[in-house]
Amino acid sequence: MQFALLIYESPEAFATRNNDGTDAYTGAWRAYYKALVEAGIYVGGDPLEVPETGTTVRLKEGKRRVQDGPFADTKEQLGGFTILELPSLDAALDWAARCPAASAGAVEVRPLAPATKLRITG
Amino acid sequence: MSGSGQESTHRTIERVARESYGRLVAYLSSHTRDVASAEDALSNALVAALTTWPRDGVPQNPEAWLLTAARHSLIDLVRHQRVATASEPTLLLLGEELKEVTVSADFPDERLKLLFVCAHPAIDPAMHTPLMLQTVLGLDAARIAYAFLVSPTTMGQRLVRAKTKIRDGGIQFEVPQAHELPQRLDAVLEAIYAAFGIGWDDMAGVDQRGRDLAEEAIWLARVLLHLMPGEAEVRGLLALMLHCEARRSARRGPDGRYVPLSEQDCQQWSLPLIEEAERCLAEASSRGRTGRFQLEAAIQSVHAERARSGRTEWVAIMLFYEQLIRISPTLGTRTGYAAAVGEASGAEAGLAVLDGIDLDAASAYQPYWAARAHLLQRLAKTSEAVDAFDRAIGLAEDPAVRQFLLQRRG
Repeated sequence: MQFALLIYESPEAFATRNNDGTDAYTGAWRAYYKALVEAGIYVGGDPLEVPETGTTVRLKEGKRRVQDGPFADTKEQLGGFTILELPSLDAALDWAARCPAASAGAVEVRPLAPATKLRITG
Repeated sequence: MSGSGQESTHRTIERVARESYGRLVAYLSSHTRDVASAEDALSNALVAALTTWPRDGVPQNPEAWLLTAARHSLIDLVRHQRVATASEPTLLLLGEELKEVTVSADFPDERLKLLFVCAHPAIDPAMHTPLMLQTVLGLDAARIAYAFLVSPTTMGQRLVRAKTKIRDGGIQFEVPQAHELPQRLDAVLEAIYAAFGIGWDDMAGVDQRGRDLAEEAIWLARVLLHLMPGEAEVRGLLALMLHCEARRSARRGPDGRYVPLSEQDCQQWSLPLIEEAERCLAEASSRGRTGRFQLEAAIQSVHAERARSGRTEWVAIMLFYEQLIRISPTLGTRTGYAAAVGEASGAEAGLAVLDGIDLDAASAYQPYWAARAHLLQRLAKTSEAVDAFDRAIGLAEDPAVRQFLLQRRG
Protein backbone atom coordinates (compact mmCIF):
# COMPACT_ATOMS: atom_id res chain seq x y z
CA MET A 1 0.00 0.00 0.00
CA GLN A 2 1.30 3.43 -0.85
CA PHE A 3 1.33 6.44 1.43
CA ALA A 4 2.17 10.05 0.72
CA LEU A 5 4.03 11.98 3.37
CA LEU A 6 3.00 15.59 2.89
CA ILE A 7 5.76 17.73 4.26
CA TYR A 8 4.73 20.98 5.94
CA GLU A 9 7.62 23.30 6.63
CA SER A 10 8.15 26.45 8.62
CA PRO A 11 9.58 29.64 7.06
CA GLU A 12 12.89 28.78 8.79
CA ALA A 13 12.98 25.40 7.08
CA PHE A 14 12.20 26.96 3.69
CA ALA A 15 14.97 29.49 4.31
CA THR A 16 17.59 26.71 4.50
CA ARG A 17 17.12 26.24 0.77
CA ASN A 18 19.18 29.38 0.17
CA ASN A 19 22.18 27.84 1.92
CA ASP A 20 24.92 25.84 0.30
CA GLY A 21 23.43 22.56 1.51
CA THR A 22 25.74 22.08 4.48
CA ASP A 23 23.16 23.04 7.11
CA ALA A 24 21.86 20.46 9.58
CA TYR A 25 18.32 20.37 8.18
CA THR A 26 19.44 19.57 4.66
CA GLY A 27 21.95 17.07 6.03
CA ALA A 28 19.18 15.35 7.94
CA TRP A 29 17.07 15.20 4.80
CA ARG A 30 19.93 13.66 2.84
CA ALA A 31 20.31 11.00 5.53
CA TYR A 32 16.57 10.42 5.71
CA TYR A 33 16.35 9.93 1.95
CA LYS A 34 19.17 7.43 2.12
CA ALA A 35 17.43 5.52 4.91
CA LEU A 36 14.19 5.35 2.87
CA VAL A 37 16.00 4.05 -0.19
CA GLU A 38 18.04 1.52 1.80
CA ALA A 39 14.87 0.26 3.48
CA GLY A 40 13.41 -0.37 0.03
CA ILE A 41 10.25 1.64 0.63
CA TYR A 42 10.93 4.78 -1.39
CA VAL A 43 8.59 5.18 -4.37
CA GLY A 44 9.08 8.81 -5.29
CA GLY A 45 8.56 12.38 -4.29
CA ASP A 46 9.79 15.90 -4.80
CA PRO A 47 10.26 19.11 -2.95
CA LEU A 48 8.10 22.02 -4.06
CA GLU A 49 9.31 25.54 -4.70
CA VAL A 50 8.73 28.00 -1.83
CA PRO A 51 5.08 28.93 -1.09
CA GLU A 52 5.43 32.45 -2.48
CA THR A 53 5.90 30.95 -5.94
CA GLY A 54 2.48 29.34 -5.73
CA THR A 55 -0.55 30.56 -7.59
CA THR A 56 -4.00 29.42 -6.58
CA VAL A 57 -6.77 29.08 -9.12
CA ARG A 58 -10.47 28.80 -8.39
CA LEU A 59 -13.53 29.06 -10.56
CA LYS A 60 -16.35 30.98 -8.94
CA GLU A 61 -19.58 31.48 -10.83
CA GLY A 62 -17.78 30.61 -14.01
CA LYS A 63 -15.09 33.21 -13.45
CA ARG A 64 -11.47 32.52 -12.88
CA ARG A 65 -10.16 33.71 -9.57
CA VAL A 66 -6.43 33.68 -9.44
CA GLN A 67 -4.62 34.41 -6.22
CA ASP A 68 -0.95 34.97 -5.66
CA GLY A 69 0.56 32.54 -3.21
CA PRO A 70 -0.54 29.30 -1.63
CA PHE A 71 -4.08 28.08 -1.00
CA ALA A 72 -3.98 28.33 2.78
CA ASP A 73 -2.43 31.22 4.64
CA THR A 74 -0.76 29.42 7.54
CA LYS A 75 2.69 29.50 9.10
CA GLU A 76 3.58 26.02 7.91
CA GLN A 77 3.28 25.41 4.21
CA LEU A 78 3.38 22.37 1.98
CA GLY A 79 7.02 22.01 1.05
CA GLY A 80 7.09 18.69 -0.73
CA PHE A 81 5.92 15.13 -0.70
CA THR A 82 7.37 11.66 -0.50
CA ILE A 83 5.60 8.49 -1.59
CA LEU A 84 6.41 5.29 0.26
CA GLU A 85 5.42 1.66 -0.20
CA LEU A 86 4.61 0.24 3.22
CA PRO A 87 2.49 -2.52 4.71
CA SER A 88 0.49 -0.38 7.13
CA LEU A 89 -0.34 3.04 8.50
CA ASP A 90 1.63 2.17 11.64
CA ALA A 91 4.76 1.70 9.56
CA ALA A 92 4.07 4.94 7.67
CA LEU A 93 3.72 6.86 10.95
CA ASP A 94 7.04 5.44 12.14
CA TRP A 95 8.75 6.73 9.02
CA ALA A 96 6.95 10.07 9.25
CA ALA A 97 8.28 10.52 12.79
CA ARG A 98 11.83 10.09 11.53
CA CYS A 99 11.35 12.71 8.83
CA PRO A 100 13.40 15.84 9.63
CA ALA A 101 10.31 17.99 8.98
CA ALA A 102 8.40 16.20 11.78
CA SER A 103 10.29 18.11 14.45
CA ALA A 104 10.68 21.34 12.46
CA GLY A 105 7.17 21.46 10.98
CA ALA A 106 4.64 18.71 10.43
CA VAL A 107 4.23 15.64 8.29
CA GLU A 108 0.79 14.52 7.18
CA VAL A 109 0.43 10.89 6.22
CA ARG A 110 -2.19 10.09 3.59
CA PRO A 111 -2.83 6.87 1.76
CA LEU A 112 -2.76 7.21 -2.00
CA ALA A 113 -6.14 6.57 -3.61
CA PRO A 114 -5.54 4.05 -6.41
CA ALA A 115 -9.28 3.42 -7.00
CA THR A 116 -9.90 7.11 -7.59
CA LYS A 117 -6.87 7.23 -9.83
CA LEU A 118 -8.24 4.34 -11.89
CA ARG A 119 -11.54 6.17 -12.34
CA ILE A 120 -9.62 9.08 -13.81
CA THR A 121 -6.92 7.39 -15.80
CA GLY A 122 -9.02 4.42 -16.88
CA MET B 1 -17.33 25.60 49.81
CA SER B 2 -14.57 28.12 49.12
CA GLY B 3 -12.63 28.16 45.86
CA SER B 4 -9.46 26.80 47.39
CA GLY B 5 -11.43 24.17 49.25
CA GLN B 6 -12.93 23.04 45.97
CA GLU B 7 -9.51 22.98 44.42
CA SER B 8 -8.20 20.76 47.16
CA THR B 9 -11.24 18.48 46.80
CA HIS B 10 -10.47 18.19 43.09
CA ARG B 11 -6.88 17.38 43.93
CA THR B 12 -8.08 14.70 46.34
CA ILE B 13 -10.27 13.19 43.64
CA GLU B 14 -7.35 13.22 41.23
CA ARG B 15 -5.10 11.58 43.78
CA VAL B 16 -7.63 8.92 44.76
CA ALA B 17 -8.40 8.29 41.09
CA ARG B 18 -4.74 7.82 40.36
CA GLU B 19 -3.95 5.63 43.33
CA SER B 20 -7.11 3.57 43.29
CA TYR B 21 -7.97 3.36 39.61
CA GLY B 22 -6.25 0.06 38.90
CA ARG B 23 -7.35 -1.53 42.15
CA LEU B 24 -10.98 -0.62 41.51
CA VAL B 25 -11.01 -1.67 37.85
CA ALA B 26 -9.24 -4.91 38.72
CA TYR B 27 -11.66 -5.71 41.51
CA LEU B 28 -14.79 -4.74 39.57
CA SER B 29 -13.79 -6.73 36.49
CA SER B 30 -12.34 -9.78 38.20
CA HIS B 31 -15.79 -11.35 38.55
CA THR B 32 -17.31 -10.35 35.24
CA ARG B 33 -14.09 -10.24 33.12
CA ASP B 34 -15.69 -7.15 31.61
CA VAL B 35 -12.91 -4.58 31.86
CA ALA B 36 -14.61 -2.02 29.61
CA SER B 37 -17.78 -1.96 31.75
CA ALA B 38 -15.73 -1.74 34.93
CA GLU B 39 -13.92 1.28 33.49
CA ASP B 40 -17.18 2.91 32.44
CA ALA B 41 -18.66 2.29 35.88
CA LEU B 42 -15.60 3.77 37.58
CA SER B 43 -15.63 6.80 35.35
CA ASN B 44 -19.31 7.35 36.23
CA ALA B 45 -18.36 7.08 39.90
CA LEU B 46 -15.60 9.65 39.42
CA VAL B 47 -18.02 12.03 37.73
CA ALA B 48 -20.39 11.55 40.68
CA ALA B 49 -17.52 12.28 43.07
CA LEU B 50 -16.79 15.52 41.23
CA THR B 51 -20.30 16.75 41.93
CA THR B 52 -20.85 15.25 45.38
CA TRP B 53 -17.55 15.65 47.20
CA PRO B 54 -17.12 19.41 46.76
CA ARG B 55 -20.68 19.80 48.13
CA ASP B 56 -20.73 17.23 50.94
CA GLY B 57 -17.05 16.97 51.69
CA VAL B 58 -14.60 14.17 50.92
CA PRO B 59 -15.86 10.89 52.42
CA GLN B 60 -13.84 9.24 55.14
CA ASN B 61 -12.93 6.34 52.92
CA PRO B 62 -12.88 7.75 49.38
CA GLU B 63 -11.93 4.45 47.80
CA ALA B 64 -14.86 2.59 49.36
CA TRP B 65 -17.17 5.42 48.30
CA LEU B 66 -15.96 5.13 44.70
CA LEU B 67 -16.34 1.36 44.84
CA THR B 68 -19.95 1.61 46.02
CA ALA B 69 -20.83 4.17 43.37
CA ALA B 70 -19.03 2.19 40.66
CA ARG B 71 -20.70 -1.01 41.73
CA HIS B 72 -24.18 0.53 41.41
CA SER B 73 -23.28 1.96 38.05
CA LEU B 74 -21.87 -1.38 36.95
CA ILE B 75 -25.06 -3.20 37.84
CA ASP B 76 -27.04 -0.68 35.80
CA LEU B 77 -24.63 -0.86 32.89
CA VAL B 78 -24.49 -4.62 32.73
CA ARG B 79 -28.26 -4.92 33.12
CA HIS B 80 -28.82 -2.54 30.22
CA GLN B 81 -26.32 -4.32 28.05
CA ARG B 82 -27.68 -7.75 28.73
CA VAL B 83 -31.42 -7.09 28.95
CA ALA B 84 -31.75 -7.27 25.19
CA THR B 85 -29.92 -10.55 24.83
CA ALA B 86 -30.09 -12.32 28.13
CA SER B 87 -32.77 -14.53 29.56
CA GLU B 88 -34.13 -14.21 33.09
CA PRO B 89 -31.84 -16.91 34.55
CA THR B 90 -28.81 -15.11 33.18
CA LEU B 91 -29.91 -11.92 34.84
CA LEU B 92 -30.37 -13.73 38.12
CA LEU B 93 -26.93 -15.23 37.80
CA LEU B 94 -25.55 -11.81 37.05
CA GLY B 95 -27.12 -10.45 40.20
CA GLU B 96 -25.35 -13.18 42.17
CA GLU B 97 -22.07 -12.46 40.42
CA LEU B 98 -22.17 -8.83 41.36
CA LYS B 99 -23.21 -9.50 44.92
CA GLU B 100 -19.80 -11.01 45.31
CA VAL B 101 -18.37 -7.57 44.65
CA THR B 102 -18.46 -6.59 48.25
CA VAL B 103 -17.89 -3.12 49.49
CA SER B 104 -15.49 -2.83 52.34
CA ALA B 105 -12.47 -0.71 53.03
CA ASP B 106 -10.15 -3.65 52.52
CA PHE B 107 -11.36 -5.28 49.34
CA PRO B 108 -8.77 -7.59 47.78
CA ASP B 109 -6.15 -6.18 45.45
CA GLU B 110 -6.72 -7.93 42.14
CA ARG B 111 -4.29 -5.82 40.14
CA LEU B 112 -1.86 -8.69 39.76
CA LYS B 113 -4.52 -10.74 37.97
CA LEU B 114 -5.35 -7.76 35.81
CA LEU B 115 -1.68 -7.31 34.87
CA PHE B 116 -1.51 -10.96 33.83
CA VAL B 117 -4.72 -10.58 31.83
CA CYS B 118 -3.30 -7.54 30.01
CA ALA B 119 -0.18 -9.50 29.03
CA HIS B 120 -2.03 -12.72 28.27
CA PRO B 121 -0.60 -14.76 25.37
CA ALA B 122 -4.00 -14.65 23.64
CA ILE B 123 -3.77 -10.84 23.41
CA ASP B 124 -1.71 -9.24 20.64
CA PRO B 125 1.68 -8.48 22.25
CA ALA B 126 1.59 -4.98 20.76
CA MET B 127 -1.46 -4.30 22.92
CA HIS B 128 -0.04 -5.51 26.25
CA THR B 129 1.42 -2.16 27.23
CA PRO B 130 -1.49 0.01 26.02
CA LEU B 131 -3.92 -2.22 27.93
CA MET B 132 -1.92 -1.91 31.14
CA LEU B 133 -1.60 1.84 30.80
CA GLN B 134 -5.33 2.13 30.37
CA THR B 135 -6.76 -0.45 32.77
CA VAL B 136 -4.25 -0.24 35.62
CA LEU B 137 -3.26 3.42 35.39
CA GLY B 138 -6.33 4.94 33.81
CA LEU B 139 -4.57 6.71 30.92
CA ASP B 140 -6.95 7.68 28.14
CA ALA B 141 -6.70 6.24 24.63
CA ALA B 142 -5.64 9.56 23.11
CA ARG B 143 -2.64 9.87 25.38
CA ILE B 144 -1.62 6.25 24.80
CA ALA B 145 -2.02 6.75 21.05
CA TYR B 146 0.21 9.79 21.25
CA ALA B 147 2.97 7.82 22.93
CA PHE B 148 2.65 4.86 20.58
CA LEU B 149 2.49 6.99 17.47
CA VAL B 150 -0.82 5.71 16.17
CA SER B 151 -3.99 7.69 15.60
CA PRO B 152 -6.26 8.05 18.66
CA THR B 153 -9.19 6.42 16.82
CA THR B 154 -7.07 3.43 15.90
CA MET B 155 -5.75 3.04 19.44
CA GLY B 156 -9.29 3.36 20.81
CA GLN B 157 -10.53 0.61 18.47
CA ARG B 158 -7.64 -1.68 19.32
CA LEU B 159 -8.24 -1.26 23.03
CA VAL B 160 -11.93 -2.01 22.62
CA ARG B 161 -11.11 -5.12 20.59
CA ALA B 162 -8.64 -6.35 23.18
CA LYS B 163 -11.14 -5.85 26.01
CA THR B 164 -13.85 -7.67 24.07
CA LYS B 165 -11.42 -10.55 23.72
CA ILE B 166 -10.77 -10.52 27.48
CA ARG B 167 -14.50 -10.61 28.16
CA ASP B 168 -15.57 -13.12 25.53
CA GLY B 169 -12.41 -15.08 24.87
CA GLY B 170 -12.36 -17.08 28.08
CA ILE B 171 -9.28 -15.35 29.51
CA GLN B 172 -9.27 -16.06 33.22
CA PHE B 173 -8.51 -13.53 35.93
CA GLU B 174 -5.92 -15.55 37.75
CA VAL B 175 -2.29 -15.62 38.69
CA PRO B 176 -0.66 -18.27 36.48
CA GLN B 177 0.38 -21.63 37.90
CA ALA B 178 4.00 -22.09 38.91
CA HIS B 179 4.95 -24.00 35.74
CA GLU B 180 3.87 -21.20 33.41
CA LEU B 181 4.66 -18.32 35.72
CA PRO B 182 8.16 -17.43 34.44
CA GLN B 183 6.99 -17.03 30.87
CA ARG B 184 3.81 -15.21 31.79
CA LEU B 185 5.62 -12.92 34.20
CA ASP B 186 8.13 -12.14 31.49
CA ALA B 187 5.32 -10.82 29.27
CA VAL B 188 4.16 -8.54 32.11
CA LEU B 189 7.70 -7.25 32.69
CA GLU B 190 8.24 -6.72 28.96
CA ALA B 191 5.07 -4.66 28.75
CA ILE B 192 6.10 -2.46 31.67
CA TYR B 193 9.57 -2.02 30.23
CA ALA B 194 8.10 -1.11 26.84
CA ALA B 195 6.22 1.77 28.49
CA PHE B 196 9.47 2.90 30.07
CA GLY B 197 11.29 2.62 26.75
CA ILE B 198 8.77 4.84 25.02
CA GLY B 199 9.05 7.39 27.81
CA TRP B 200 12.82 7.19 27.62
CA ASP B 201 13.05 7.69 23.85
CA ASP B 202 10.62 10.57 23.90
CA MET B 203 12.29 12.60 26.60
CA ALA B 204 13.46 15.06 23.99
CA GLY B 205 9.99 16.39 23.46
CA VAL B 206 9.06 19.87 24.53
CA ASP B 207 6.05 18.44 26.30
CA GLN B 208 6.33 16.10 29.23
CA ARG B 209 4.68 13.04 27.74
CA GLY B 210 7.91 11.03 27.69
CA ARG B 211 8.82 11.74 31.23
CA ASP B 212 5.33 10.87 32.40
CA LEU B 213 5.33 7.49 30.73
CA ALA B 214 8.69 6.53 32.25
CA GLU B 215 7.35 7.48 35.66
CA GLU B 216 4.19 5.48 35.06
CA ALA B 217 6.29 2.44 34.20
CA ILE B 218 8.28 2.78 37.43
CA TRP B 219 5.02 3.10 39.33
CA LEU B 220 3.74 -0.11 37.66
CA ALA B 221 6.92 -1.95 38.59
CA ARG B 222 6.54 -0.81 42.19
CA VAL B 223 2.96 -2.08 42.23
CA LEU B 224 4.12 -5.39 40.80
CA LEU B 225 6.94 -5.65 43.36
CA HIS B 226 4.45 -4.99 46.13
CA LEU B 227 2.29 -7.84 44.78
CA MET B 228 5.13 -10.26 44.01
CA PRO B 229 7.92 -9.45 46.47
CA GLY B 230 9.55 -12.85 45.92
CA GLU B 231 10.27 -12.51 42.20
CA ALA B 232 13.88 -11.53 41.50
CA GLU B 233 13.18 -10.34 37.97
CA VAL B 234 10.63 -7.79 39.17
CA ARG B 235 13.37 -6.26 41.31
CA GLY B 236 15.71 -6.52 38.36
CA LEU B 237 13.34 -4.53 36.16
CA LEU B 238 12.82 -1.88 38.81
CA ALA B 239 16.60 -1.60 39.35
CA LEU B 240 17.14 -1.22 35.60
CA MET B 241 14.58 1.54 35.25
CA LEU B 242 15.78 3.39 38.34
CA HIS B 243 19.37 3.37 37.07
CA CYS B 244 18.24 4.89 33.78
CA GLU B 245 15.95 7.35 35.50
CA ALA B 246 18.84 8.49 37.71
CA ARG B 247 20.62 9.84 34.61
CA ARG B 248 17.68 11.64 33.11
CA SER B 249 18.81 15.21 33.61
CA ALA B 250 22.38 14.40 32.53
CA ARG B 251 21.23 13.28 29.09
CA ARG B 252 20.87 16.83 27.84
CA GLY B 253 23.24 19.78 27.97
CA PRO B 254 21.95 23.15 29.16
CA ASP B 255 21.37 24.08 25.52
CA GLY B 256 19.26 20.97 24.93
CA ARG B 257 22.07 19.14 23.16
CA TYR B 258 22.27 15.34 23.41
CA VAL B 259 24.99 14.03 25.75
CA PRO B 260 25.97 10.36 25.30
CA LEU B 261 26.33 8.25 28.44
CA SER B 262 30.13 8.16 28.29
CA GLU B 263 30.28 11.97 28.31
CA GLN B 264 27.65 12.59 30.96
CA ASP B 265 28.61 14.53 34.06
CA CYS B 266 28.03 12.01 36.87
CA GLN B 267 27.55 14.87 39.31
CA GLN B 268 24.17 15.29 37.67
CA TRP B 269 23.12 11.71 38.27
CA SER B 270 20.60 11.19 41.06
CA LEU B 271 22.37 9.45 43.92
CA PRO B 272 19.20 8.43 45.81
CA LEU B 273 17.84 6.71 42.70
CA ILE B 274 21.16 4.95 42.07
CA GLU B 275 21.23 3.76 45.68
CA GLU B 276 17.68 2.47 45.46
CA ALA B 277 18.52 0.70 42.21
CA GLU B 278 21.56 -0.92 43.84
CA ARG B 279 19.49 -2.12 46.79
CA CYS B 280 16.90 -3.61 44.42
CA LEU B 281 19.56 -5.37 42.43
CA ALA B 282 21.33 -6.71 45.51
CA GLU B 283 18.05 -8.11 46.87
CA ALA B 284 17.31 -9.64 43.47
CA SER B 285 20.66 -11.39 43.18
CA SER B 286 20.45 -12.68 46.74
CA ARG B 287 17.52 -14.75 45.50
CA GLY B 288 19.88 -16.61 43.23
CA ARG B 289 17.93 -16.63 39.99
CA THR B 290 19.49 -14.53 37.27
CA GLY B 291 17.35 -13.18 34.50
CA ARG B 292 17.36 -10.76 31.63
CA PHE B 293 16.34 -7.69 33.61
CA GLN B 294 18.83 -8.31 36.40
CA LEU B 295 21.61 -8.58 33.81
CA GLU B 296 20.52 -5.38 32.13
CA ALA B 297 20.38 -3.69 35.51
CA ALA B 298 23.86 -5.05 36.29
CA ILE B 299 25.17 -3.44 33.10
CA GLN B 300 23.66 -0.12 34.16
CA SER B 301 25.13 -0.62 37.61
CA VAL B 302 28.63 -0.87 36.12
CA HIS B 303 27.99 2.40 34.27
CA ALA B 304 26.80 3.99 37.52
CA GLU B 305 30.04 2.91 39.19
CA ARG B 306 31.82 5.62 37.17
CA ALA B 307 30.38 8.18 39.60
CA ARG B 308 32.62 6.66 42.29
CA SER B 309 35.63 5.33 40.40
CA GLY B 310 35.81 7.82 37.55
CA ARG B 311 36.14 5.04 34.96
CA THR B 312 33.96 2.51 33.17
CA GLU B 313 34.74 -1.19 33.50
CA TRP B 314 33.97 -2.18 29.91
CA VAL B 315 35.20 -5.74 30.40
CA ALA B 316 32.58 -6.27 33.12
CA ILE B 317 29.91 -4.80 30.85
CA MET B 318 31.01 -7.07 28.01
CA LEU B 319 30.78 -10.14 30.25
CA PHE B 320 27.27 -9.23 31.41
CA TYR B 321 26.26 -8.81 27.77
CA GLU B 322 27.63 -12.26 26.98
CA GLN B 323 25.32 -13.74 29.60
CA LEU B 324 22.47 -11.58 28.39
CA ILE B 325 22.84 -12.74 24.79
CA ARG B 326 22.45 -16.33 25.94
CA ILE B 327 19.06 -15.51 27.49
CA SER B 328 17.85 -12.82 25.15
CA PRO B 329 19.64 -12.60 21.79
CA THR B 330 17.70 -9.57 20.57
CA LEU B 331 18.95 -7.02 18.09
CA GLY B 332 19.29 -4.50 20.92
CA THR B 333 21.34 -6.85 23.10
CA ARG B 334 23.66 -7.79 20.26
CA THR B 335 24.18 -4.16 19.30
CA GLY B 336 24.94 -3.28 22.93
CA TYR B 337 27.35 -6.20 23.11
CA ALA B 338 29.15 -5.00 19.98
CA ALA B 339 29.55 -1.53 21.47
CA ALA B 340 30.91 -3.02 24.72
CA VAL B 341 33.34 -5.25 22.81
CA GLY B 342 34.40 -2.19 20.87
CA GLU B 343 35.37 -0.48 24.12
CA ALA B 344 36.83 -3.52 25.88
CA SER B 345 38.68 -5.23 23.02
CA GLY B 346 39.03 -2.59 20.33
CA ALA B 347 36.97 -1.21 17.48
CA GLU B 348 37.97 -4.00 15.07
CA ALA B 349 36.53 -6.67 17.41
CA GLY B 350 33.36 -4.62 17.98
CA LEU B 351 32.84 -4.26 14.27
CA ALA B 352 33.24 -8.03 13.82
CA VAL B 353 30.35 -8.55 16.26
CA LEU B 354 28.19 -6.12 14.28
CA ASP B 355 29.10 -7.91 11.06
CA GLY B 356 27.61 -11.06 12.57
CA ILE B 357 24.16 -9.45 12.76
CA ASP B 358 21.77 -10.11 9.89
CA LEU B 359 21.63 -6.92 7.85
CA ASP B 360 17.98 -7.34 6.91
CA ALA B 361 17.01 -7.35 10.56
CA ALA B 362 19.15 -4.30 11.30
CA SER B 363 18.29 -2.23 8.25
CA ALA B 364 15.86 0.07 10.10
CA TYR B 365 17.40 -0.28 13.57
CA GLN B 366 18.94 3.08 14.43
CA PRO B 367 21.28 2.01 17.29
CA TYR B 368 22.96 -0.55 15.02
CA TRP B 369 23.92 2.16 12.52
CA ALA B 370 25.01 4.58 15.23
CA ALA B 371 27.26 1.93 16.82
CA ARG B 372 28.63 0.96 13.43
CA ALA B 373 29.35 4.58 12.53
CA HIS B 374 31.31 5.19 15.72
CA LEU B 375 33.37 2.02 15.36
CA LEU B 376 34.18 2.75 11.70
CA GLN B 377 35.15 6.28 12.60
CA ARG B 378 37.54 5.02 15.28
CA LEU B 379 39.11 2.76 12.65
CA ALA B 380 39.47 5.83 10.38
CA LYS B 381 37.37 4.17 7.68
CA THR B 382 36.00 7.56 6.81
CA SER B 383 33.75 6.96 3.83
CA GLU B 384 32.16 3.84 5.32
CA ALA B 385 31.68 5.74 8.57
CA VAL B 386 29.91 8.58 6.77
CA ASP B 387 27.55 6.08 5.13
CA ALA B 388 26.73 4.49 8.48
CA PHE B 389 26.27 7.91 10.10
CA ASP B 390 23.83 8.83 7.35
CA ARG B 391 21.78 5.71 8.00
CA ALA B 392 21.77 6.44 11.73
CA ILE B 393 20.80 10.08 11.15
CA GLY B 394 18.09 9.13 8.68
CA LEU B 395 16.58 6.70 11.18
CA ALA B 396 16.81 9.01 14.20
CA GLU B 397 13.58 10.45 15.52
CA ASP B 398 14.98 12.70 18.22
CA PRO B 399 16.23 15.97 16.68
CA ALA B 400 18.93 16.29 19.38
CA VAL B 401 20.32 12.84 18.55
CA ARG B 402 20.19 13.73 14.86
CA GLN B 403 22.12 16.92 15.53
CA PHE B 404 24.69 15.05 17.63
CA LEU B 405 25.28 12.47 14.89
CA LEU B 406 25.50 15.13 12.18
CA GLN B 407 28.27 16.81 14.18
CA ARG B 408 30.11 13.55 14.80
CA ARG B 409 29.92 12.64 11.15
CA GLY B 410 31.72 15.87 10.25
